[in-house]
Amino acid sequence: MKKLILTLAITALTASAFAQGKDLKVAIDPTYEPFTFKTADGKPTGFDVDIATALCEQIKRKCVFVEQVWDSMIPGLQAKKYDAIISSMSITEDRLKVVDFTDKYYNTPSKIVVKNDIKFTDLASLKGKKLGVLKGSTQEKYANGELKKVGVVITPYEAQDQVYLDIKAGRLDGTVADIVEVTGGFLSKPEGKDYVAVGPELFIPKYFGGGAGVAIRKGDKALKEELNGAIKAIRANGTYKTLNDKYFKFDVYGK
Amino acid sequence: MTAYYWSILHGALLTVGVSLAALLVSALLGMVGALAKLSHRAVFRVPATLYTTVIRGIPDLVLMLLVYYGGTIGINNLLELAGSEATLDLNPFFAGVFTLGFIYGAYMTETFRGAMLAIPHGQMEAAMAYGMSPRQAFMRITAPQMLRYALPGFTNNWLVLIKATALVSLIGLQEMTYLAKQASAATRSPFAFFLFTAGLFLVYTWVSLIVLRWLNARYSLGTKRVTL
Amino acid sequence: MNWEVIFTPDSLAMYGEGILTTLGLLFASLAAGAILALIFALALTGPSLLLQRIVGAYTFVIRGTPLLIQVYLIYYGLAQLEWIQARWDTIWPWTHFKEPFFCALLAFSLNTAGYTAEMLAGSIRETNAGEIEAAQSFGMSRFQVLLRVVLPSAMRRTLPAYSNEVVMMLQSTSLASAVPGLLDVTAAASRIYSDFYLPFEAYLAAAAIYLVATFCLIGFFRLAERHFLGYLGPRKG
Repeated sequence: MKKLILTLAITALTASAFAQGKDLKVAIDPTYEPFTFKTADGKPTGFDVDIATALCEQIKRKCVFVEQVWDSMIPGLQAKKYDAIISSMSITEDRLKVVDFTDKYYNTPSKIVVKNDIKFTDLASLKGKKLGVLKGSTQEKYANGELKKVGVVITPYEAQDQVYLDIKAGRLDGTVADIVEVTGGFLSKPEGKDYVAVGPELFIPKYFGGGAGVAIRKGDKALKEELNGAIKAIRANGTYKTLNDKYFKFDVYGK
Repeated sequence: MTAYYWSILHGALLTVGVSLAALLVSALLGMVGALAKLSHRAVFRVPATLYTTVIRGIPDLVLMLLVYYGGTIGINNLLELAGSEATLDLNPFFAGVFTLGFIYGAYMTETFRGAMLAIPHGQMEAAMAYGMSPRQAFMRITAPQMLRYALPGFTNNWLVLIKATALVSLIGLQEMTYLAKQASAATRSPFAFFLFTAGLFLVYTWVSLIVLRWLNARYSLGTKRVTL
Repeated sequence: MNWEVIFTPDSLAMYGEGILTTLGLLFASLAAGAILALIFALALTGPSLLLQRIVGAYTFVIRGTPLLIQVYLIYYGLAQLEWIQARWDTIWPWTHFKEPFFCALLAFSLNTAGYTAEMLAGSIRETNAGEIEAAQSFGMSRFQVLLRVVLPSAMRRTLPAYSNEVVMMLQSTSLASAVPGLLDVTAAASRIYSDFYLPFEAYLAAAAIYLVATFCLIGFFRLAERHFLGYLGPRKG
């Protein structure tokens, strides 16, 4: 009996433990509607997920989606829990120090979103207001770098939809988020009707980098070239446009 | 909306799985630890004492984060040093089971140790007088009686273990707490989902109490209950 | 292992702030919880069957659900209720529900109150019947019996179990890291891990902090036990 339990345990451990051959493990943070989110029965869906599936088809591998909290995305990649991150991760200099990126697959700006009864003139007019941001995101870096010094209270959250939960509850006055994401995930919903995006479109490269790309481990050249080729291919053969139009009324590829 | 509730129920199965697996690991570790702590030889006693003292001084969450985030990197580094190309991926289920089992093994050690000490020492002396080897004495005399003494403490540890499985949601295992949090953020209605999950935990606790009470009654057959 | 990162002023400041938050949460919730526990224990051992049932249901729910779910319910769940949202901008007690520290404090206090109430109730029930009869024969009222005879000895008897509860509460404060906006020791360690990708160093430092705190608490309770329960031990000399 004891030997049976032992062998069962070892097989269970090794069966799930060692890396699989042809599957491509892709990390997603499914709290980022409409880019990455889950349907009610738990299926990952969204622009990022569809792009990932299309890319996997191009490089003839099966996409296996792994959920991960946003601020431990890169450490998980380094720990080889998955091989790629396709979850609206912006290409920034800081991140390039530790991981490699493919070319971008979309580029949209961020904006500050606050309640429409706040008279926004410039950044200083937000003094004393409480904004929520995603922990570990480019928006958090921007907020800590530019908004904290004019007296805005920044609270980091572990998922963007928890920010919306607290905005709806009234604990926060607004957020700094990707304009497409905040439109699809908040402003277009009933709880977002009193909120409006204010200020300039934030394209500052120092904080926001140059668009979202697929993150892969440093030195994984083979995968990087495969994925770059795949991105070019889906843009050329119309797959990209189909997916783009499925979710958005404009071209998200950007400049 | 109801699809979310069904997915939380599926997560409940995972919760039951994690808790039962962790119970197995902790019971095994508890037995080994108790024997080590009661041993004559310091080489067993000292590490066991260190184990129970240190584990109960660190929060479950910190230990879990350490094992899950640090463990994979540590194991992969060791594999690299050994020259292997393989990568070991510690998934949240095993990280959770191992960590919870490791933590509650310390508590089980104390419970089993107390149970073993409660057996009158004269019985061991009689067993020695009969010429039984230590292993025979353990299997025939100590172990069967120890179970009955250990049952209250075991029940307690089990009930705490059930609730500790909620922490595994914080390292990403998609059990019911994790799914409830995602559902509540996506639908902006946390109250309903968390209340539902709390209800599921209460049901689990209640069923456990019934089972353990039955076990207690069964193992207490033939003993007299003291009434004042 | 790269320990220099942990010992930079910024990281140490984060751990320091974490320690202050953790200890603040611990002592405040223990204080509030102890007061509540006393009231609940009296209800559990009192004459009113209705109160016994209500408080019994409360402790059953508290002891049957994980602290994490209780924290989420109070922080996210209560915030969702329109009744609270209408009041928490202006009316005094409800304004605190906006703050993460208060929500965590409330969750921890209610939790420790539930456990401690059961412990205290058990100790009250174990009071020697002879002592109570003697007090009653002296003509003491119920309240006087409670205040002078039952509670002092019940509280002494609860001390060993309560020391366990306090240590467990210290470990439970690490769940404050699940509340956004609260920086306790675990949250500080998580922050350092995600900024510098050093899980071992960050979490080992946090574990060391908790160990030191635990040993201090255990030492304090040993002194307390010697002072309050010393009469139960073997005579010296």
